[in-house]
Amino acid sequence: MTKKNVWIAYGVMPVLLAILLFFTPSLSTVANAGPPAPAPAQVKIDNFSFGPQTLTVPVGTTVTWTNRDDIPHTIVSTDGVFKSKVRDTDETFSYTFTKAGTYTYFCSVHPKMTGKIIVQ
Amino acid sequence: MTDKHNLIDQKLQELNEDGIDRRGFLKCMAWAGTGLVWTISGGIPVSHAFGKNVAHNTKSKGDFTFVQISDSHMGFNKPANPDVVATLQAAIDKINALPAAPDFLLHTGDISHLSRAEQFDTVDQVLKSASAKDVFFVPGEHDVLDDNGKSYLERYGKNTQGAGWYSFDKKGVHFIGLVNVMNLKAGGLGTLGGEQLEWMANDVKHLKSSTPIVVFAHIPLWSAYPEWGWGTDDSAQALGYLKKFGSVTVLNGHIHQIMQKVEGNVTFHSAMSTAFPQPKPGTADSPGPMKVPPDQLRSVLGITDVDYVRGHHSLAVVDSTLA
Repeated sequence: MTKKNVWIAYGVMPVLLAILLFFTPSLSTVANAGPPAPAPAQVKIDNFSFGPQTLTVPVGTTVTWTNRDDIPHTIVSTDGVFKSKVRDTDETFSYTFTKAGTYTYFCSVHPKMTGKIIVQ
Repeated sequence: MTDKHNLIDQKLQELNEDGIDRRGFLKCMAWAGTGLVWTISGGIPVSHAFGKNVAHNTKSKGDFTFVQISDSHMGFNKPANPDVVATLQAAIDKINALPAAPDFLLHTGDISHLSRAEQFDTVDQVLKSASAKDVFFVPGEHDVLDDNGKSYLERYGKNTQGAGWYSFDKKGVHFIGLVNVMNLKAGGLGTLGGEQLEWMANDVKHLKSSTPIVVFAHIPLWSAYPEWGWGTDDSAQALGYLKKFGSVTVLNGHIHQIMQKVEGNVTFHSAMSTAFPQPKPGTADSPGPMKVPPDQLRSVLGITDVDYVRGHHSLAVVDSTLA
Protein backbone atom coordinates (compact mmCIF):
# COMPACT_ATOMS: atom_id res chain seq x y z
CA MET A 1 0.00 0.00 0.00
CA THR A 2 1.36 3.46 -0.93
CA LYS A 3 1.40 6.40 1.46
CA LYS A 4 -1.29 8.13 -0.62
CA ASN A 5 -3.69 5.17 -0.38
CA VAL A 6 -3.34 5.08 3.41
CA TRP A 7 -4.41 8.73 3.60
CA ILE A 8 -7.43 7.98 1.44
CA ALA A 9 -8.38 5.09 3.75
CA TYR A 10 -8.15 7.30 6.87
CA GLY A 11 -10.12 10.00 5.06
CA VAL A 12 -12.97 7.65 4.25
CA MET A 13 -13.41 6.28 7.79
CA PRO A 14 -14.96 9.43 9.39
CA VAL A 15 -17.37 9.71 6.50
CA LEU A 16 -18.56 6.13 7.03
CA LEU A 17 -18.96 6.74 10.77
CA ALA A 18 -20.94 9.91 10.10
CA ILE A 19 -23.30 8.03 7.79
CA LEU A 20 -23.82 5.35 10.44
CA LEU A 21 -24.52 7.89 13.18
CA PHE A 22 -26.92 9.76 10.91
CA PHE A 23 -29.04 6.69 10.24
CA THR A 24 -28.97 5.06 13.72
CA PRO A 25 -31.63 7.32 15.34
CA SER A 26 -34.02 6.72 12.49
CA LEU A 27 -33.53 2.93 12.85
CA SER A 28 -34.49 3.01 16.54
CA THR A 29 -37.49 5.21 15.72
CA VAL A 30 -38.69 2.51 13.34
CA ALA A 31 -38.40 -0.13 16.13
CA ASN A 32 -40.37 2.03 18.57
CA ALA A 33 -43.10 2.50 16.05
CA GLY A 34 -43.89 -1.28 16.06
CA PRO A 35 -47.04 -2.78 17.62
CA PRO A 36 -47.21 -2.18 21.41
CA ALA A 37 -46.36 -5.10 23.71
CA PRO A 38 -49.45 -6.87 25.07
CA ALA A 39 -50.47 -6.03 28.63
CA PRO A 40 -48.65 -8.11 31.23
CA ALA A 41 -50.53 -11.00 32.81
CA GLN A 42 -50.51 -12.42 36.34
CA VAL A 43 -50.68 -15.88 37.87
CA LYS A 44 -51.14 -16.12 41.64
CA ILE A 45 -49.99 -19.05 43.72
CA ASP A 46 -52.42 -19.65 46.58
CA ASN A 47 -53.05 -22.79 48.60
CA PHE A 48 -50.65 -24.92 46.57
CA SER A 49 -52.33 -24.09 43.24
CA PHE A 50 -51.76 -21.81 40.26
CA GLY A 51 -54.58 -19.39 39.52
CA PRO A 52 -55.78 -19.26 36.89
CA GLN A 53 -54.64 -22.80 36.21
CA THR A 54 -54.96 -22.16 32.47
CA LEU A 55 -54.15 -18.70 31.16
CA THR A 56 -54.49 -17.62 27.50
CA VAL A 57 -52.37 -14.64 26.34
CA PRO A 58 -51.25 -13.06 23.05
CA VAL A 59 -47.72 -13.60 21.73
CA GLY A 60 -45.26 -11.24 23.42
CA THR A 61 -47.00 -11.25 26.81
CA THR A 62 -44.91 -11.20 29.96
CA VAL A 63 -46.48 -13.42 32.60
CA THR A 64 -45.59 -12.86 36.26
CA TRP A 65 -46.17 -15.49 38.92
CA THR A 66 -46.46 -14.40 42.57
CA ASN A 67 -46.17 -16.86 45.45
CA ARG A 68 -48.71 -15.95 48.11
CA ASP A 69 -48.25 -19.14 50.17
CA ASP A 70 -46.27 -19.55 53.38
CA ILE A 71 -44.28 -22.27 51.63
CA PRO A 72 -41.78 -21.83 48.77
CA HIS A 73 -42.69 -22.97 45.26
CA THR A 74 -41.10 -23.08 41.82
CA ILE A 75 -42.44 -22.48 38.32
CA VAL A 76 -40.90 -25.01 35.94
CA SER A 77 -41.82 -25.66 32.31
CA THR A 78 -42.50 -29.35 31.67
CA ASP A 79 -40.54 -29.06 28.40
CA GLY A 80 -37.61 -27.11 29.79
CA VAL A 81 -38.65 -23.75 28.25
CA PHE A 82 -38.45 -21.81 31.53
CA LYS A 83 -37.46 -22.57 35.10
CA SER A 84 -37.65 -20.27 38.11
CA LYS A 85 -35.43 -20.39 41.12
CA VAL A 86 -37.29 -21.25 44.31
CA ARG A 87 -39.77 -18.46 45.13
CA ASP A 88 -40.52 -17.81 48.78
CA THR A 89 -43.55 -15.88 50.08
CA ASP A 90 -44.37 -12.80 47.92
CA GLU A 91 -41.48 -13.44 45.53
CA THR A 92 -42.19 -13.35 41.81
CA PHE A 93 -41.00 -14.91 38.56
CA SER A 94 -41.60 -13.49 35.07
CA TYR A 95 -41.27 -14.94 31.60
CA THR A 96 -42.07 -13.37 28.22
CA PHE A 97 -43.75 -15.70 25.74
CA THR A 98 -42.47 -14.81 22.26
CA LYS A 99 -43.83 -17.84 20.40
CA ALA A 100 -47.35 -19.20 20.08
CA GLY A 101 -48.01 -22.55 21.67
CA THR A 102 -49.18 -24.35 24.79
CA TYR A 103 -46.77 -24.31 27.70
CA THR A 104 -47.42 -26.70 30.59
CA TYR A 105 -45.58 -26.13 33.84
CA PHE A 106 -45.50 -27.34 37.45
CA CYS A 107 -43.94 -26.72 40.85
CA SER A 108 -40.91 -28.99 41.07
CA VAL A 109 -41.18 -28.94 44.89
CA HIS A 110 -44.88 -29.91 44.92
CA PRO A 111 -45.40 -31.61 41.56
CA LYS A 112 -49.15 -32.00 42.14
CA MET A 113 -49.27 -28.26 41.34
CA THR A 114 -49.62 -27.88 37.58
CA GLY A 115 -50.62 -25.08 35.23
CA LYS A 116 -50.80 -24.13 31.57
CA ILE A 117 -50.13 -20.97 29.51
CA ILE A 118 -51.71 -20.88 26.04
CA VAL A 119 -49.97 -18.32 23.81
CA GLN A 120 -51.75 -17.36 20.58
CA MET B 1 -54.71 -37.28 79.39
CA THR B 2 -55.08 -39.57 82.40
CA ASP B 3 -57.83 -41.53 80.70
CA LYS B 4 -55.74 -41.82 77.60
CA HIS B 5 -52.77 -43.03 79.59
CA ASN B 6 -54.94 -45.55 81.40
CA LEU B 7 -56.19 -46.79 78.07
CA ILE B 8 -52.66 -46.98 76.75
CA ASP B 9 -51.52 -48.90 79.82
CA GLN B 10 -54.47 -51.24 79.52
CA LYS B 11 -53.76 -51.83 75.86
CA LEU B 12 -50.10 -52.32 76.61
CA GLN B 13 -50.98 -54.92 79.18
CA GLU B 14 -53.18 -56.75 76.68
CA LEU B 15 -50.36 -56.57 74.20
CA ASN B 16 -47.87 -58.00 76.64
CA GLU B 17 -50.25 -60.75 77.68
CA ASP B 18 -51.40 -62.01 74.33
CA GLY B 19 -48.85 -60.35 72.05
CA ILE B 20 -51.26 -60.15 69.16
CA ASP B 21 -53.26 -56.98 69.59
CA ARG B 22 -50.78 -54.80 67.81
CA ARG B 23 -53.14 -53.53 65.17
CA GLY B 24 -55.79 -52.56 67.70
CA PHE B 25 -53.15 -50.94 69.82
CA LEU B 26 -51.81 -48.88 66.96
CA LYS B 27 -55.30 -47.68 66.18
CA CYS B 28 -55.68 -46.72 69.79
CA MET B 29 -52.43 -44.85 69.73
CA ALA B 30 -53.36 -43.07 66.56
CA TRP B 31 -56.52 -41.98 68.29
CA ALA B 32 -54.64 -40.87 71.38
CA GLY B 33 -52.75 -38.69 68.95
CA THR B 34 -49.72 -37.78 70.95
CA GLY B 35 -47.14 -39.37 73.13
CA LEU B 36 -46.08 -42.53 71.34
CA VAL B 37 -42.76 -44.32 71.35
CA TRP B 38 -42.03 -47.20 69.06
CA THR B 39 -39.79 -49.93 70.43
CA ILE B 40 -37.96 -52.33 68.18
CA SER B 41 -38.12 -55.69 69.79
CA GLY B 42 -36.78 -58.35 67.52
CA GLY B 43 -38.90 -57.47 64.53
CA ILE B 44 -42.42 -56.44 65.42
CA PRO B 45 -42.97 -52.80 66.34
CA VAL B 46 -44.67 -52.19 69.64
CA SER B 47 -45.88 -48.82 70.79
CA HIS B 48 -46.06 -47.64 74.32
CA ALA B 49 -46.69 -44.38 76.06
CA PHE B 50 -43.89 -41.90 76.26
CA GLY B 51 -42.33 -41.94 79.72
CA LYS B 52 -43.79 -45.38 80.45
CA ASN B 53 -41.22 -47.26 78.49
CA VAL B 54 -41.43 -50.84 79.74
CA ALA B 55 -38.66 -51.87 77.40
CA HIS B 56 -36.23 -49.78 79.39
CA ASN B 57 -36.88 -51.90 82.47
CA THR B 58 -35.55 -54.94 80.71
CA LYS B 59 -32.92 -53.27 78.59
CA SER B 60 -29.96 -55.54 78.05
CA LYS B 61 -26.89 -55.81 75.91
CA GLY B 62 -27.89 -55.67 72.26
CA ASP B 63 -30.89 -53.46 72.85
CA PHE B 64 -30.78 -49.91 71.68
CA THR B 65 -32.83 -46.79 71.20
CA PHE B 66 -32.80 -44.16 68.53
CA VAL B 67 -34.87 -41.03 68.02
CA GLN B 68 -36.37 -39.74 64.82
CA ILE B 69 -36.73 -36.00 64.34
CA SER B 70 -38.10 -34.43 61.20
CA ASP B 71 -39.01 -31.30 59.30
CA SER B 72 -37.05 -28.74 61.30
CA HIS B 73 -37.56 -26.27 58.39
CA MET B 74 -34.79 -24.02 59.64
CA GLY B 75 -35.37 -20.56 58.18
CA PHE B 76 -39.17 -20.72 58.33
CA ASN B 77 -40.42 -17.58 60.11
CA LYS B 78 -44.13 -17.29 59.34
CA PRO B 79 -46.90 -16.98 61.98
CA ALA B 80 -47.31 -20.78 62.26
CA ASN B 81 -43.96 -20.72 64.11
CA PRO B 82 -41.81 -17.59 64.20
CA ASP B 83 -39.05 -19.36 66.16
CA VAL B 84 -38.14 -22.74 64.69
CA VAL B 85 -34.73 -22.62 66.40
CA ALA B 86 -36.40 -22.65 69.82
CA THR B 87 -38.66 -25.59 68.99
CA LEU B 88 -35.78 -27.60 67.51
CA GLN B 89 -33.83 -26.89 70.69
CA ALA B 90 -36.86 -28.01 72.73
CA ALA B 91 -36.88 -31.26 70.75
CA ILE B 92 -33.20 -31.84 71.51
CA ASP B 93 -33.79 -31.03 75.20
CA LYS B 94 -36.62 -33.59 75.18
CA ILE B 95 -34.32 -36.18 73.65
CA ASN B 96 -31.61 -35.45 76.21
CA ALA B 97 -34.16 -35.98 78.99
CA LEU B 98 -35.29 -39.42 77.77
CA PRO B 99 -34.90 -42.17 80.39
CA ALA B 100 -32.80 -44.19 77.97
CA ALA B 101 -30.27 -42.17 76.03
CA PRO B 102 -30.60 -42.86 72.31
CA ASP B 103 -27.64 -44.35 70.45
CA PHE B 104 -28.22 -42.05 67.49
CA LEU B 105 -30.70 -39.75 65.78
CA LEU B 106 -32.41 -39.97 62.42
CA HIS B 107 -33.46 -36.76 60.68
CA THR B 108 -36.03 -37.53 58.01
CA GLY B 109 -35.59 -34.38 55.97
CA ASP B 110 -36.62 -30.79 55.45
CA ILE B 111 -33.71 -29.93 57.67
CA SER B 112 -33.79 -26.45 56.14
CA HIS B 113 -36.62 -24.39 54.70
CA LEU B 114 -34.76 -23.03 51.65
CA SER B 115 -31.57 -25.17 51.35
CA ARG B 116 -29.43 -22.24 52.49
CA ALA B 117 -26.03 -22.83 54.04
CA GLU B 118 -26.80 -20.73 57.11
CA GLN B 119 -29.98 -22.75 57.71
CA PHE B 120 -28.07 -26.05 57.62
CA ASP B 121 -25.41 -24.41 59.84
CA THR B 122 -28.00 -23.52 62.48
CA VAL B 123 -29.45 -27.04 62.57
CA ASP B 124 -25.97 -28.56 62.82
CA GLN B 125 -25.22 -26.17 65.67
CA VAL B 126 -28.41 -27.05 67.61
CA LEU B 127 -27.83 -30.78 67.04
CA LYS B 128 -24.43 -30.47 68.72
CA SER B 129 -26.29 -30.09 72.02
CA ALA B 130 -27.83 -33.58 71.62
CA SER B 131 -26.48 -36.32 73.85
CA ALA B 132 -26.42 -38.61 70.82
CA LYS B 133 -23.58 -37.56 68.57
CA ASP B 134 -24.41 -39.62 65.47
CA VAL B 135 -27.14 -38.21 63.25
CA PHE B 136 -28.26 -39.90 60.05
CA PHE B 137 -30.02 -37.75 57.47
CA VAL B 138 -32.12 -38.11 54.37
CA PRO B 139 -33.09 -35.00 52.38
CA GLY B 140 -36.53 -33.44 52.12
CA GLU B 141 -37.58 -31.46 49.06
CA HIS B 142 -36.72 -28.24 50.92
CA ASP B 143 -33.09 -29.40 51.25
CA VAL B 144 -32.44 -29.82 47.53
CA LEU B 145 -33.90 -26.59 46.09
CA ASP B 146 -32.22 -24.89 43.12
CA ASP B 147 -28.93 -26.81 43.16
CA ASN B 148 -30.23 -30.36 42.60
CA GLY B 149 -29.05 -31.41 46.05
CA LYS B 150 -25.39 -30.43 45.57
CA SER B 151 -25.00 -28.49 48.83
CA TYR B 152 -26.97 -31.16 50.75
CA LEU B 153 -24.63 -33.87 49.48
CA GLU B 154 -21.52 -31.82 50.24
CA ARG B 155 -22.66 -31.57 53.84
CA TYR B 156 -24.51 -34.82 54.53
CA GLY B 157 -23.65 -37.08 51.63
CA LYS B 158 -20.47 -38.73 52.93
CA ASN B 159 -20.68 -42.52 52.52
CA THR B 160 -23.90 -42.28 50.51
CA GLN B 161 -24.82 -43.33 46.99
CA GLY B 162 -26.48 -41.40 44.17
CA ALA B 163 -28.65 -38.58 45.52
CA GLY B 164 -27.80 -39.51 49.11
CA TRP B 165 -29.19 -42.99 49.80
CA TYR B 166 -27.33 -45.49 52.01
CA SER B 167 -27.72 -48.31 54.49
CA PHE B 168 -26.07 -49.31 57.74
CA ASP B 169 -26.35 -51.99 60.41
CA LYS B 170 -26.83 -51.48 64.10
CA LYS B 171 -26.84 -54.43 66.50
CA GLY B 172 -28.54 -56.72 64.01
CA VAL B 173 -31.03 -54.18 62.63
CA HIS B 174 -30.57 -53.10 59.00
CA PHE B 175 -31.31 -49.42 58.33
CA ILE B 176 -31.99 -48.10 54.84
CA GLY B 177 -32.10 -44.33 54.17
CA LEU B 178 -33.89 -43.53 50.91
CA VAL B 179 -34.21 -40.33 48.86
CA ASN B 180 -37.62 -39.73 47.27
CA VAL B 181 -37.51 -35.96 46.72
CA MET B 182 -35.38 -35.67 43.57
CA ASN B 183 -36.43 -35.40 39.91
CA LEU B 184 -40.11 -35.07 40.74
CA LYS B 185 -42.38 -35.27 37.71
CA ALA B 186 -45.28 -32.92 36.91
CA GLY B 187 -48.49 -34.25 38.43
CA GLY B 188 -46.62 -36.99 40.29
CA LEU B 189 -45.70 -37.93 43.86
CA GLY B 190 -42.35 -38.67 45.48
CA THR B 191 -39.96 -40.70 43.35
CA LEU B 192 -37.18 -43.17 44.17
CA GLY B 193 -36.06 -43.84 40.60
CA GLY B 194 -34.56 -46.84 38.86
CA GLU B 195 -30.97 -46.40 40.03
CA GLN B 196 -31.94 -46.25 43.69
CA LEU B 197 -34.37 -49.17 43.40
CA GLU B 198 -31.67 -51.29 41.81
CA TRP B 199 -29.26 -50.36 44.60
CA MET B 200 -31.89 -51.26 47.21
CA ALA B 201 -32.64 -54.66 45.65
CA ASN B 202 -28.92 -55.51 45.87
CA ASP B 203 -28.60 -54.05 49.35
CA VAL B 204 -31.17 -56.40 50.91
CA LYS B 205 -30.59 -59.44 48.69
CA HIS B 206 -28.17 -61.23 50.99
CA LEU B 207 -29.83 -60.38 54.30
CA LYS B 208 -31.54 -63.10 56.36
CA SER B 209 -35.32 -62.81 56.41
CA SER B 210 -35.16 -62.60 60.20
CA THR B 211 -33.22 -59.32 60.01
CA PRO B 212 -35.36 -56.44 61.31
CA ILE B 213 -35.48 -53.70 58.67
CA VAL B 214 -35.96 -49.99 59.29
CA VAL B 215 -36.49 -47.86 56.19
CA PHE B 216 -36.48 -44.09 56.54
CA ALA B 217 -37.29 -41.50 53.91
CA HIS B 218 -38.81 -38.03 53.79
CA ILE B 219 -42.06 -38.46 51.85
CA PRO B 220 -44.35 -41.32 52.96
CA LEU B 221 -43.68 -44.61 51.15
CA TRP B 222 -47.39 -45.36 51.26
CA SER B 223 -50.48 -43.55 50.05
CA ALA B 224 -50.95 -41.29 53.05
CA TYR B 225 -52.91 -38.77 50.93
CA PRO B 226 -51.92 -38.66 47.25
CA GLU B 227 -54.23 -35.69 46.61
CA TRP B 228 -51.72 -33.60 48.54
CA GLY B 229 -48.71 -35.42 47.14
CA TRP B 230 -48.31 -37.52 50.29
CA GLY B 231 -47.06 -40.71 48.71
CA THR B 232 -44.29 -42.11 46.50
CA ASP B 233 -44.98 -43.23 42.94
CA ASP B 234 -42.63 -46.22 42.90
CA SER B 235 -42.75 -47.20 46.59
CA ALA B 236 -44.53 -50.51 45.82
CA GLN B 237 -41.41 -51.70 44.03
CA ALA B 238 -39.21 -50.80 47.00
CA LEU B 239 -41.54 -52.53 49.45
CA GLY B 240 -41.59 -55.54 47.14
CA TYR B 241 -37.90 -56.12 47.92
CA LEU B 242 -38.79 -56.29 51.62
CA LYS B 243 -41.53 -58.95 51.41
CA LYS B 244 -39.33 -61.74 52.71
CA PHE B 245 -38.55 -59.93 55.96
CA GLY B 246 -40.58 -60.61 59.09
CA SER B 247 -40.30 -57.09 60.43
CA VAL B 248 -40.19 -53.92 58.39
CA THR B 249 -40.67 -50.47 59.91
CA VAL B 250 -40.94 -47.50 57.59
CA LEU B 251 -40.40 -44.05 59.10
CA ASN B 252 -41.08 -40.80 57.31
CA GLY B 253 -41.70 -37.10 57.85
CA HIS B 254 -43.05 -34.58 55.32
CA ILE B 255 -46.67 -34.52 56.53
CA HIS B 256 -45.93 -32.93 59.93
CA GLN B 257 -48.25 -35.21 61.89
CA ILE B 258 -48.48 -38.69 63.32
CA MET B 259 -49.98 -41.18 60.93
CA GLN B 260 -49.67 -44.94 61.11
CA LYS B 261 -50.59 -47.93 59.04
CA VAL B 262 -49.88 -51.63 59.41
CA GLU B 263 -49.86 -53.69 56.25
CA GLY B 264 -48.78 -57.29 56.65
CA ASN B 265 -45.20 -57.32 57.86
CA VAL B 266 -44.77 -53.58 57.35
CA THR B 267 -45.51 -50.83 59.83
CA PHE B 268 -45.58 -47.31 58.42
CA HIS B 269 -45.17 -44.37 60.72
CA SER B 270 -44.90 -40.65 60.06
CA ALA B 271 -43.44 -38.28 62.63
CA MET B 272 -44.38 -34.83 63.79
CA SER B 273 -42.34 -31.82 62.71
CA THR B 274 -40.24 -29.79 65.11
CA ALA B 275 -41.32 -26.61 63.26
CA PHE B 276 -45.04 -26.40 62.44
CA PRO B 277 -48.05 -28.71 62.06
CA GLN B 278 -49.91 -29.44 58.83
CA PRO B 279 -53.63 -30.15 58.57
CA LYS B 280 -55.12 -33.62 58.59
CA PRO B 281 -55.70 -34.91 55.04
CA GLY B 282 -58.44 -33.06 53.23
CA THR B 283 -59.39 -30.85 56.18
CA ALA B 284 -57.99 -27.63 54.66
CA ASP B 285 -57.62 -25.99 51.26
CA SER B 286 -53.98 -27.02 51.10
CA PRO B 287 -51.32 -28.85 53.10
CA GLY B 288 -49.70 -25.53 54.04
CA PRO B 289 -48.55 -24.69 57.58
CA MET B 290 -51.39 -24.88 60.10
CA LYS B 291 -51.61 -22.00 62.53
CA VAL B 292 -52.58 -22.95 66.07
CA PRO B 293 -52.75 -20.69 69.14
CA PRO B 294 -49.16 -20.03 70.31
CA ASP B 295 -49.72 -21.79 73.64
CA GLN B 296 -50.75 -24.94 71.77
CA LEU B 297 -47.94 -25.04 69.24
CA ARG B 298 -45.67 -27.38 71.19
CA SER B 299 -48.48 -29.88 71.63
CA VAL B 300 -48.50 -30.48 67.87
CA LEU B 301 -44.71 -30.68 67.43
CA GLY B 302 -42.60 -33.58 68.60
CA ILE B 303 -40.08 -36.36 68.33
CA THR B 304 -40.28 -40.10 67.78
CA ASP B 305 -38.39 -42.45 70.06
CA VAL B 306 -37.67 -45.96 68.81
CA ASP B 307 -36.50 -48.86 70.97
CA TYR B 308 -35.08 -52.15 69.82
CA VAL B 309 -35.14 -55.01 72.32
CA ARG B 310 -33.28 -58.09 71.22
CA GLY B 311 -35.33 -61.27 71.36
CA HIS B 312 -38.67 -59.53 71.76
CA HIS B 313 -39.33 -59.48 68.03
CA SER B 314 -40.76 -56.05 68.28
CA LEU B 315 -39.75 -52.49 67.69
CA ALA B 316 -41.42 -49.88 69.83
CA VAL B 317 -42.03 -46.43 68.51
CA VAL B 318 -43.32 -43.67 70.74
CA ASP B 319 -44.13 -40.19 69.59
CA SER B 320 -43.99 -37.48 72.16
CA THR B 321 -44.90 -33.85 71.81
CA LEU B 322 -42.77 -30.92 72.88
CA ALA B 323 -45.50 -29.69 75.22
